[in-house]
Amino acid sequence: MASLKEVKLKIAGVKKTAQITKAMNMVAAAKLRSAQEKMEAFRPYAAKFNEAMSNLSGGANTTGFPLMEVRDVKTVEIVVVTSDRGLCGSFNANIIKLALKMKREYEAAGKKVSFVCVGKKGAQLLGKTGCVRKSYRDIMSSFQMFHAREVATDIASQFLSGASDKVEIIYSNFKSVAAQVPAVSSLLPVQPTTEQAAKEKSFSGEYIYEPSTEEIMDVLQPLYLNVIVYHAMLEVGASEHAARMTAMDNATNACKDMVRSLSIIYNKARQAAVTSELMDIVGGAEALK
Amino acid sequence: MGQQIRLEVVTPAGAKINEDVDIVNAPGFGGDFGVLANHAPFLSTIKIGTLTYQIGNKRESLMVSGGFCEVSNNKITFLVESAERGGEIDVERALKAKERAERRLAQAAQQTENFNRRRAEVALQRALARLKVANLK
Repeated sequence: MASLKEVKLKIAGVKKTAQITKAMNMVAAAKLRSAQEKMEAFRPYAAKFNEAMSNLSGGANTTGFPLMEVRDVKTVEIVVVTSDRGLCGSFNANIIKLALKMKREYEAAGKKVSFVCVGKKGAQLLGKTGCVRKSYRDIMSSFQMFHAREVATDIASQFLSGASDKVEIIYSNFKSVAAQVPAVSSLLPVQPTTEQAAKEKSFSGEYIYEPSTEEIMDVLQPLYLNVIVYHAMLEVGASEHAARMTAMDNATNACKDMVRSLSIIYNKARQAAVTSELMDIVGGAEALK
Repeated sequence: MGQQIRLEVVTPAGAKINEDVDIVNAPGFGGDFGVLANHAPFLSTIKIGTLTYQIGNKRESLMVSGGFCEVSNNKITFLVESAERGGEIDVERALKAKERAERRLAQAAQQTENFNRRRAEVALQRALARLKVANLK
């Protein structure tokens, strides 16, 4: 059995760890709230955008736009959105796992795969595959729309130059505080949103376009990429904090359990010491008689 | 008072305006345009500039940066990257941004670097639009 002093030190250490994890939990909770607010605020914009986009692609002739061109797929680019920091359980690992699985599947089908990493963790973990074309680090903590634009512009130019024929984005879908599910959605080529367009067919086709459909599409399509990338970043941001909250809550509970079992060991050891001392005293007194 | 049209301004940071107005003037890509009630369905891209609208005799101005607008069902919706009222604009920051952009433009003119020049031009436009709206107040 460990000595009294050792156990006591260990208990103090674990208690301190619990304090830190508890503080991190609370910080994550506060950050989650602001991330969620950001997400809520973005929702009407995204909804309106999709509405307009489907109106447009429903009413306009969509062929002849370079960003919509469906090519024979030789190279697939995967945008992986992860967090910048760790200590959030299996959150990043789940996203990376999905990314690696997709890479395997595409490579089995004879296609080349390259990664674009948004968030430091993804860049670190995927770095060893040697397929990372570009990585954006340290932008997840305070990202803005223009960060998303930077990423979107880059992948669009890559697509237009023919260096990639298909682009997908992996992120984490924020279902609730308790559940974050890795998700994939397609970025390029831009697909006309057919089912939505059909739903709102009553309106399409009678718009006046200014300056022209083509020019509007030229502006809208890059914006559309921005919206998707930004949305993915928001989802990952919220998911990251939610995942960290859960992870830190678990850690705090584990610490409490450890303190409890260590206390039992400590008490037992102390009791044993007291008993043996008593026996010494009693033994000594006995000998004096 | 005649008929009104519903004006909505939505940015990535949330809905900005949602009210009934008499007339909207917006900086379209091909030039400024005005929209009254019961306008035909219409879609246009928006450049950086000033968006004004009028309710009765009250006239309001906003600085908007790029996006597009859609008119349908007697409703005009602006989807822009940012929208700021005169009172919300940080004039000092806009002035600094203007100076910075001008300096960059001067540098870029020597280097013929297209990308940076484009960025500086856009930044300059934004700063000028902000200052204009801020001074309207």
